[in-house]
Amino acid sequence: MQVARFINSFLLVEIVKGMALTLKYMFFVPRATLNYPHEKGPISPRFRGEHALRRYPNGEERCIACKLCEAICPALAITIEAEPRDDGSRRTTRYDIDMTKCIYCGLCQEACPVDAIVEGPNFEYAVETREELFYNKDKLLENGDRWEAQIAANIAADSRYR
Amino acid sequence: MMTDLWDFLMIIWAHPVTAKLLHISILSGVVLGAVAYLTYAERKILSAMQRRQGPMTVGPLGLLQPIADGIKLLSKETIIPTQANRPVFLLAPVLTFTLALLAWAVIPVDAGLVLADINVGILYLFAVSSMGVYGVIMAGWASNSRYAFLGGLRSASQMVSYEVSMGLIIVTVLLCTGTLNLGEIVLADRPLWMQVLLFPMLIVFLISILAETNRAPFDLPEGESELSGGFMVEYSSMSYALFFLGEYANMILMSAMTTILFLGGWLPPFGIEALAVVPGVVWFMLKVCLILFVFIWSRASFPRYRYDQLMRLGWKVFLPLTLLWVVLVAGVLIGMDALPVESRF
Repeated sequence: MQVARFINSFLLVEIVKGMALTLKYMFFVPRATLNYPHEKGPISPRFRGEHALRRYPNGEERCIACKLCEAICPALAITIEAEPRDDGSRRTTRYDIDMTKCIYCGLCQEACPVDAIVEGPNFEYAVETREELFYNKDKLLENGDRWEAQIAANIAADSRYR
Repeated sequence: MMTDLWDFLMIIWAHPVTAKLLHISILSGVVLGAVAYLTYAERKILSAMQRRQGPMTVGPLGLLQPIADGIKLLSKETIIPTQANRPVFLLAPVLTFTLALLAWAVIPVDAGLVLADINVGILYLFAVSSMGVYGVIMAGWASNSRYAFLGGLRSASQMVSYEVSMGLIIVTVLLCTGTLNLGEIVLADRPLWMQVLLFPMLIVFLISILAETNRAPFDLPEGESELSGGFMVEYSSMSYALFFLGEYANMILMSAMTTILFLGGWLPPFGIEALAVVPGVVWFMLKVCLILFVFIWSRASFPRYRYDQLMRLGWKVFLPLTLLWVVLVAGVLIGMDALPVESRF
């Protein structure tokens, strides 16, 4: 036993084994990291990212100013003001989300009866000032227009489980 | 324009003094460029072994990363601690860097392509590389910081310990070649049995140069996790860059030394004549790259040694082993009547 150990350590058996392992990793094991800004990892359809206000296909905004999202928001990030429009339908005149307060719990999109407020797949909206994170209705509707295709696809993909 | 430049180079080449100056500038330029891209190669190889990608952003495949790093380092502020010994503190990195370049004077990169073809080249090389420890000790002492001081102490004892066995390994090679001239060491006739006899010394030499250049797994003088950078902890900007360049130039130098002593320098590998169509410089560079790869490879593979283990390996394993091998090689050479120089006995 002693002799075997002596021979093992003198022939550097463990050292060679270790170096063979790192060499194997270098040439035969695929890398585990992503080249982030150029490559991105997969995202679940349920991913809760940046908020968006959606529209119907005819361009009418979905939100009916029921204020359920404002009521359920645990971080009090949503502020809504509403009054009847000329055609008699109830619409918001102000829909603000303070993104610095939001905790991305997704309760607003769960509460919404018309799928108007949703959390989209976008998570890259870092900005340089705090003020830029106080989203108003225009910003949210613009987000909805920009991400509508992906948002609709995500809702369709997830609808089976709801 | 091109012909003008060519004529100018020819004029420079014609005169011995300017020719030497040109040779020196080309050699140091190549060494410094190699240092820059050695850092890049190290990061790429390490990351490949750790399933990462390494630098990818600056230039295609991150190839311009060393240049970006250099500019960043030079544009930083030079900080000299108030308690530091200013002259020594500033001299230490300069010394390290100069010594790392100085040794290249005797390295033959091809047949006859050597700056100073002196007869005791190997002694000069050994002496200059041993002086590298002064830069580290000076930095550790002049910084007036506990981390730096501990790093300097460790480094001093480590480098001195491993130089002993390195010296004995060089003796075994000299016994076989019978000359101290680096070019003649490369050209010396080495039958297969001699190479087999020297092979264990190659392994011991490789491990010793890891310790001599303070590289992982023997990077105790730096020991970033325990000494937060060791003797370099107080350095920044240009003085840090000089240490860095010196350290990597030393790695390349030690690889070149291994190549000359054991791997046949600029000669094609395994004595295959057909491969001699490739210039000797290229073979020399390839062999140096191979050793450098081993440097980086072992950094990726092994954890750092404990200090007492390091000392035990140096004094209780390598020293007896190399001593034994000196006796063995000498005995075999006499027994086979293969001493390269006429014996006086």
